[in-house]
Amino acid sequence: MTSQPKAPLTSRDRRRNRAVAVTGLVTVWVLLWGTFSWANVISGLVVAAVLLVVFPLPPVTFAGRIRPVPLLRFLVRFLRDLVVASVQVAWLAVRPGEPHSAIIAVRLRVNTDLNLTLTAEALSLVPGSLIVEADRRTGTLYVHVIGIRGLDEVERFRHGVRELEARIVAAVGSAEERDRIRHDEAEPSGSAELEGAPT
Amino acid sequence: MTVVAVIVTVLLVAAGGLTLVRIIRGPSILDRAVATDVLLAVAVAAIATEAAYSRDATALPVLVVLALVGFVGSVSVARFASRRGPK
Amino acid sequence: MTPDEILDTVAGICLVAGALLCVAAGIALVRFPDVLSRMHAAAKPQVLGLLLVLLGCALRLRTGVDITTLVLVGLFQLATAPVAAHMVGRTAYPHDDIRRDLLITDELAGHIDRIRADRAGEPEETSPVRTA
Repeated sequence: MTSQPKAPLTSRDRRRNRAVAVTGLVTVWVLLWGTFSWANVISGLVVAAVLLVVFPLPPVTFAGRIRPVPLLRFLVRFLRDLVVASVQVAWLAVRPGEPHSAIIAVRLRVNTDLNLTLTAEALSLVPGSLIVEADRRTGTLYVHVIGIRGLDEVERFRHGVRELEARIVAAVGSAEERDRIRHDEAEPSGSAELEGAPT
Repeated sequence: MTVVAVIVTVLLVAAGGLTLVRIIRGPSILDRAVATDVLLAVAVAAIATEAAYSRDATALPVLVVLALVGFVGSVSVARFASRRGPK
Repeated sequence: MTPDEILDTVAGICLVAGALLCVAAGIALVRFPDVLSRMHAAAKPQVLGLLLVLLGCALRLRTGVDITTLVLVGLFQLATAPVAAHMVGRTAYPHDDIRRDLLITDELAGHIDRIRADRAGEPEETSPVRTA
């Protein structure tokens, strides 16, 4: 499970990636203009096509599909985390004494570039956690966390990140990735293995 | 709304002053890069507040540009610092 | 209160809250002991503070064109802030200006050399440098 073979993209994957990219670029273009008109959409398509030809995308596969309800759950939970963490860090700033912190390794269960990136982004955006290093080979994130007082909080944080990963996979992951998370939650695959990446 | 504008101005000036302290004191170039990022965030907040106060959207494209390129500064500083670091 | 006044009040609260987060970040920048802690302070106004200020701005402007612009500002900021944070964090780590006495645990220390060696061996095309 550590490193899945990065299979070469089929032409269907490629077409799909390109369709996702074009949709995203056209949306940004229309938002920039601020009004929805056919002229905007068509000029956006032209710009997107030129961009994709001149700057080809790195091969990131989006294997899953977007599920609205889990996505909404992820977003709501993300906003809650954001507010809670911001208040906590603000409190740390005005409280007397120097805050302790920790660098915690979290081994993700789904080791794909996309999942690694999304989890890392969501973690970085929330104040109080910061990605120091990411290990693509084992799918491990090394997170610097502020306001940690003891080793039990380290474990709680690790658990929290894995829940975050589960929410992300539920929102955008493929069926196979969701199965892996579910299987892992049913029978945790030896927490000792998760303490750190193998060397 | 005027009260809000005054409060926000005072708060942002205080925040800007504090970040300036960190920019001046350093000690490392990374501290300064981080503090400069915060100063940029304060500036963005100030521009947005001005737009909200005067109901004038002229400055909004500036915000788009700042949000897009604001990170380039600290990224390049980080690259520079890692090349010259002890490792 | 008319709906207009209510919207204005909410907008005002959002703006003040955003400014308060900026001040908290300023205090944290001055008081926190090392680079990594200070970066946590920086994340506040860049993410939640910015979103609050943009929300306040949108509630005051109330026109479609402006709101789409503000949405874009928010999206761009959310997409780019972690990149800068990660680059700075990665550079800060092996240097000596991290207060090791304040670290409860450091699970990266044993792996850092292998990870960086791995990365050096990767072909240029997949190296994270390209995203910079």
